[in-house]
Amino acid sequence: MLLIHCPYCDETLPEAEFAYAGEAHVARPLDPSSTSDEEWRDFLFIRSNVKGDHFERWRHAHGCGRFFNAVRDTVSDRFLTTYKAGAPRPDLTALKDAAE
Amino acid sequence: MTDFRVPGRGRVDHDRPVKFRFDGETIHGLSGDTVASALLAQGRHLMGRSFKYHRPRGPVAAGSEEPNALIGTSRGRGRFEPNTRATVQEIFPGLKATSQNKYPSLKFDIGAVNDRAYMLFSAGFYYKTFMWPRSFWDRVYEPFIRAAAGLGVSPDKVDPDHYASRNLHTDVLVVGAGPAGLAAARTAAEAGLRVTLVDENAEVGGTLLSEPQAMIGGQAAWDWVAAELAALEALGVRVMTRTTAIGYYHQNMVGLCQKLTDHLETPNPDMPRERLWRVRASQVVLAQGALEKPLVFDGNDRPGVMLAGSAQTFLNRYGVRVGDRAVVVTSHDSAWYAAFDLADAGTRIAAIVDTRVEPRPDLMAEAAARRIKVLAGHTVSGTAGRLRVKSVRVNRVSGGTVGFGRQIDCDCLLMSGGWTPSLHLFSHTKGSLKWNETQNTFLPDHVTEACQIAGAGRGLWGIGAALNDGAAMGAAAARALGREAEVGTTDVGNDRPGTGTSHTELPTDRSAARARAFVDFQNDVTAKDLRLAVREGMRSIEHVKRYTTNGMATDQGKMSNINGLNIAADALGKPAPQVGLTTFRPPYTPTTFGAFAGYHRGTHFEATRKTPIDGWAEENGAVFEPVSQWRRAWYFPRKGESMDDAVLRECRTTRESVGMFDASTLGKIEVVGPDAVEFMNRMYTNPWTKLQPGRARYGLLLGDDGFIRDDGVIGRLSDDRFHVTTTTGGAARVLNMMEDYLQTEWPDLKVWLTSTTEQWATIALNGPNARKLLEPFVEGLDISPEAFPHMAVGECTVAGIPARLFRVSFTGELGFEVNIPARHGRALWETLFAAGQAFDICTYGTETMHVLRAEKGYIIVGQDTDGTVTPQDAGIGWAIGKAKPDFVGKRALQRPDLVAEGRKQLVGLLTADGATRLEEGAQIVLDPKQPVPMKMVGHVTSSYRSVAAGRPIALALLEGGHARMGETVHIPMPHGVVAATVTGTVFHDPEGARLKL
Repeated sequence: MLLIHCPYCDETLPEAEFAYAGEAHVARPLDPSSTSDEEWRDFLFIRSNVKGDHFERWRHAHGCGRFFNAVRDTVSDRFLTTYKAGAPRPDLTALKDAAE
Repeated sequence: MTDFRVPGRGRVDHDRPVKFRFDGETIHGLSGDTVASALLAQGRHLMGRSFKYHRPRGPVAAGSEEPNALIGTSRGRGRFEPNTRATVQEIFPGLKATSQNKYPSLKFDIGAVNDRAYMLFSAGFYYKTFMWPRSFWDRVYEPFIRAAAGLGVSPDKVDPDHYASRNLHTDVLVVGAGPAGLAAARTAAEAGLRVTLVDENAEVGGTLLSEPQAMIGGQAAWDWVAAELAALEALGVRVMTRTTAIGYYHQNMVGLCQKLTDHLETPNPDMPRERLWRVRASQVVLAQGALEKPLVFDGNDRPGVMLAGSAQTFLNRYGVRVGDRAVVVTSHDSAWYAAFDLADAGTRIAAIVDTRVEPRPDLMAEAAARRIKVLAGHTVSGTAGRLRVKSVRVNRVSGGTVGFGRQIDCDCLLMSGGWTPSLHLFSHTKGSLKWNETQNTFLPDHVTEACQIAGAGRGLWGIGAALNDGAAMGAAAARALGREAEVGTTDVGNDRPGTGTSHTELPTDRSAARARAFVDFQNDVTAKDLRLAVREGMRSIEHVKRYTTNGMATDQGKMSNINGLNIAADALGKPAPQVGLTTFRPPYTPTTFGAFAGYHRGTHFEATRKTPIDGWAEENGAVFEPVSQWRRAWYFPRKGESMDDAVLRECRTTRESVGMFDASTLGKIEVVGPDAVEFMNRMYTNPWTKLQPGRARYGLLLGDDGFIRDDGVIGRLSDDRFHVTTTTGGAARVLNMMEDYLQTEWPDLKVWLTSTTEQWATIALNGPNARKLLEPFVEGLDISPEAFPHMAVGECTVAGIPARLFRVSFTGELGFEVNIPARHGRALWETLFAAGQAFDICTYGTETMHVLRAEKGYIIVGQDTDGTVTPQDAGIGWAIGKAKPDFVGKRALQRPDLVAEGRKQLVGLLTADGATRLEEGAQIVLDPKQPVPMKMVGHVTSSYRSVAAGRPIALALLEGGHARMGETVHIPMPHGVVAATVTGTVFHDPEGARLKL
């Protein structure tokens, strides 16, 4: 079972308190009516499906209820970091250097 | 009786005899025995029959890796367990053990005919026998193989034991309490850390229990173990025996299964049988030691053929000689010591057969001193004996040529093919392994978790090496946690380090094609099977494993994996590291379902949610059905009524007078805030801006893919407050979806969402007399038709209880839904029920609710829709606020596929004969005479007998359904094809006049 750090509660807690919520930084277009069919398809269905560092969303469903973002290595299942919704993508190189 | 027990020897208590039963016979053992050691003490090796061939088998090992000696154990009614290893089950008075996989008896077994038909069961026999003719699949192959192959029988009673679950946080978890584990725990504990030490055995000590000759720091091994244990306890180390680390999971979580009562005669009934521990450790030290490898030769599975190290364990730990006349065959030094110990205890060693040409001189000298014949540079090419090995065939090997075989009589054959580090838990972490040429085995390489591997687990051999490495790794764990740790060196005398070589099959002068040389004893896989798999095209070790089932039995290949790999690599002509090892998966040893289930059984398996009115329904004979986690009243049968009778009566009463329904399970979400109306406009398809406070509207929720997610009636209580209802099963999903959009897409909106499902009890009154019944109880609100029309909402009191009252109908009749604080739910229900007697009121359940709504064509999301249905498909396009610039799902409704012709659309169906009720889920075809497989164009989603329609009615999703009105479609069913006419979805009061009463 993973341990996940909730950036709102600032606590590291068991995975059972959290719910996965798909890829992060997939913003809903501000004016959907102006998007093409292809753009809307991509927004709905096309995801990066990376092997490695994945930006993804979690919800502290059985805690504070907040959605937040995380970077998780899909090979090792290890979290690099978690951060609040709306914050920009973190600099992975700097994070990894700091972890070394 | 105890011919093979050595007086005074071992850790068993010679003054405490214990009687138990094996196959109905009374067996006399000693306190501290396992079933296997007690039987061996009587000279009995035969303990079971093998999986496929029903070959006679005895224990080949002495611990949890045992593949052969599997027994059923019975500890009283309901307490039967199959496939327990006889080498692990401790005996106690009253234990009943039985051998398995034999008929009529262990000594004479009819299934052993399989052994002669072994060609049928070669590698991939499943794939080869399950061929044509098709009629044989069910009638011949399946029953034949089911009956012929298998292990123990499943228990057939409810398990009366209970099981516990615990969490544990510890600084250092040490797995394995042999010399390395004990030393690691001591070092880490002395560094001031919280340490937990676990071992699967009944007592700590590991290999030291089998090597009492060792002198550690001047102390005899067993005295040292006792002193260490006392020291650990004084340091506060949590020591857990009979506790197996079954799996190593992410971020240093290790699962432990602790067995508490399986060894007790009269356990405290309040005690759990087993406890599952979820341990989160800052550092883990794996000190699991190594497992001995068998040698692969013809007849290596006969009872009496055993691992040399296990024979040494039976002697030194249990005081049992495994035979009177032993032959030892080995490619490793360790087996020599087993031979010496047995010789010193009175067993005649007929010969030590070493495959190596020049064994170690000091071992040769010790053998000579005991007058043991040594056959160096020899091989074993076969064994003889039916229920017990009688003799072994030995040949000289010189220059690659196998000489003439000669026979040596024996009653046991002790083998050693060297040792394999036990790296199962390490493999669970995806830690990588590296092939070691000199040891011819895999050793741990890249470590992925905060973990140290100590002792034999990383290829160090001998007690001294393991013990000092354990101390070093305990110190490494301590330093990783920021502690100072001192490591000295402990001197170990009478140590028995050694080396060896490795083999595939032992060389033989006989035909390899006829050899029954077993690699996986439990799944009956031979060396020939592995080579056959490679010849038949299996290239990957993973394919070889699955095709032959090598390493796939309950022992997970603890003894067979490396031999299997070496033979497969040889057959493939590749070096072993290129072929690689298959993956070990949890659990390390078979674990009961009870341990995993823990407290989550029976009524605790899942929460049952009950409404405030549930107790009344139960007292009044309701039949219940589960709806998500809720238990809901399904129907209220009167004496002698069938379900159909009850539902027809409930429907009739509700349409003719008044019916009362517990709608408390409806999901309820309070949407509040200055931006509440904007939020509702964005979430739901409908326009909300012009909905006045005091009015309600049917709300439709889509996903951004345009498909229907949920629906429900939504009332506006004030400018900034909405009372949203959702489907019973969808409440949590809808709130999650709302929170998602609110928090991440529109964080600027000032809106607060609160689940109020369980705060309100909801009573629905439906029928032409509903107002007459309700009106006298209402204060503070005029509910006359003019003042409180259909889809009105207001706050008032009902029978003195503050209420939110909706005029809303899910039946097509005049209807009200009274929401009151949950604690008043039952009181109001009873008040209304008593007053309703004047109107012959009935209570109705979910079935009648389903029928009444279907008669009106009201959909149930999830029953009449399936996640691919748009509002247009469902015929509720009117609920879309087309003028709104955006709402969730709006853009998707313009996608080409969602506006294409021929989509499945919701229609009504009336069977042509006016009497047949269709089955929900039945498929629909246009031409019933087309060849099979027919083109299916839709399915029946709802189907009921209908009083109002006077015939059965159905709803269906049908391709291009809206354009097929009046057409006939066909529903093929097992008893014949049913014809039905396509209609609209409203079967009752299409003008909606009854809603306006």
